Amino acid sequence: MSTLTTREVTTQRMGRRSREHTRQRTPRTIVAHIFLAVLVVYFLIPIWWLIVASTKDVQGLFGGTSGALWFDKTFALFANLQDLFTYNGGEYLGWLGNSVLYAVTGGLGATIVAVLAGYGFAKYRFRGRNFTFALLLGSVMVPLTALVIPTFVLFANAGITDTIWAVILPSLLSPFGVYLMRVYTADAVPDELLDAARVDGAGEFRTFIQVAVPLMRPALVTVLLLSVVGTWNNYFLPLAMLSNTKLYPITVGIGLWEGLASSNNGGGHSLWGLIIVGSLVSIIPLVIAFLTLQKYWRGGLSLGSLK
Amino acid sequence: MADYGSALTAAPPRASRVGAPKQPMSLSAKMTARRGRIGWLFIAPFLVVFALFLVLPLAYAFYLSLYTKGLATGTTFAGIDNYVRAFTDPSFLKGVWFVVRFSLVLIPLQMAVSLAAALILDALTSRFAKFSRLMIFLPYAIPAVIGALMWGFLYSPSFGPLQQIASLFHAQAPFLLSQDNIFYGLLNVVTWQWAGYYMIIIYAALQGIDPTLYEAATIDGASPWQIALRIKVPLVSSALILILVFALIGTLQFFTEPQILGPIANGSVTPDFTPNIYAFNLAFQYAQFNYASAISFALGIVVFIAVYIFMFATRKRGSFLS
Repeated sequence: MSTLTTREVTTQRMGRRSREHTRQRTPRTIVAHIFLAVLVVYFLIPIWWLIVASTKDVQGLFGGTSGALWFDKTFALFANLQDLFTYNGGEYLGWLGNSVLYAVTGGLGATIVAVLAGYGFAKYRFRGRNFTFALLLGSVMVPLTALVIPTFVLFANAGITDTIWAVILPSLLSPFGVYLMRVYTADAVPDELLDAARVDGAGEFRTFIQVAVPLMRPALVTVLLLSVVGTWNNYFLPLAMLSNTKLYPITVGIGLWEGLASSNNGGGHSLWGLIIVGSLVSIIPLVIAFLTLQKYWRGGLSLGSLK
Repeated sequence: MADYGSALTAAPPRASRVGAPKQPMSLSAKMTARRGRIGWLFIAPFLVVFALFLVLPLAYAFYLSLYTKGLATGTTFAGIDNYVRAFTDPSFLKGVWFVVRFSLVLIPLQMAVSLAAALILDALTSRFAKFSRLMIFLPYAIPAVIGALMWGFLYSPSFGPLQQIASLFHAQAPFLLSQDNIFYGLLNVVTWQWAGYYMIIIYAALQGIDPTLYEAATIDGASPWQIALRIKVPLVSSALILILVFALIGTLQFFTEPQILGPIANGSVTPDFTPNIYAFNLAFQYAQFNYASAISFALGIVVFIAVYIFMFATRKRGSFLS
């Protein structure tokens, strides 16, 4: 590190630097805060627009009194919500339920698989381990969407396209989750502790459940969150696999509405309002999950970049 | 997790990561052999999933891609014909060129935004900084479908704010989904969606650096700029490389955002806009599963080549996959 500082030394500035990490209203921190404020506005504008637009009726949406970024004189949020939950026999609620089902089963399944494999790779030595793990690392680079079409043909032959399994089963694959679990477990679960449990007579599986899993919890929560988000947000896979609209998750359902709305604009029921309020409702569960589970994912998300 | 800093600074030797035995065997060799078999049991569920949903589809895609299906001729072996066709198909090549060009602009832009935000957040401790960190990350929790739709609405000339702001100045706002502008329209959507996630990863790596390094640098007379550029950035480089690889893989597979913006983009999103959209349309509009598989496989090859070129260009000891 000493080479870093031998050049361009500006000694007259030295005094101020040591207080860099303390709270101070220097011009520098004010500029930094302004920069942050600009970023926050940029990242929040679409969400703000969505909230505002959800409270408008169709007239307000297309020709409102106070522009796109402020509330209209009519407040139609509850009417919109009622419309959303009853339109076409309440199909939206069905999609919401499907999304929860796919995300929870796919996410939980992928996490269980990853925790077991990560522990196996980290704590057992067996022939073929390094080769298998190298294969896994290589597979992180396989573009998963490239697998969707052949998987579709395979599932069609097996007769399980257009069922919930067509969406859930491929979601169980999470090579990156296994990688995270292995990296974390190698450091967080000491071999001595496992040996102590074995000496005390605990079986291998009991050692895993009672000794290792509690120590793996931070990484476990992270992998769970990542795979739930991945499945919840997935669009390509369910779009390809499902043709029965009753099985759609919310992403594909909203995409369907959007296609309908733009192909017969104005005809019959205006779907744009439903799409907007439906989008708002669909982002609430994950936004709440992320805001409340902060202390878990904040540390965990960086795991992959540690080594 | 307290030793982020040491893990990053010490650049651990590769062997300790990819799994040569670290500790001497603690129990008898016989026990170890028995335990080896139990190790296989632990990774067995993963191996099953891996074989069924990765290896098998990949092999099957390759198999499918070697055949063609004609109305009169039935299914015939075609060898590499589908690949010759793919790599001379202007639709496929145009799509590849688009995603490559898109990655070359998107990734540096995203990196700049997320690195700048992370460096600033790392240097501030105010409550507003904490709030901003969360808000910048928030788009990650929003599905790409919804993100694309929201921006599509914001771009909309009929009820988006862009046109309303422009008309205050009696001007015509550019339609960001037109043929000429959709590149930038998509650039904005994807940056918005992912920059916060990358920012959190870089930020966490920054937080793991041992602060005494900064004190030492300060005593030696380094300015905050020098500390940021010459200490912080090099020490989080493995996080940066991980992010770059993921961004590259993700962007080359570009599908959801253009697919969703297509219906409201007045034909800017053609059926061969990106390789993935092209493969999807070949398979599900024209039932050309053999050629679609060849396109998917060819896209996989392009991704592999791109990632390897990238890893070669940025190779560094002790980083992910190096």
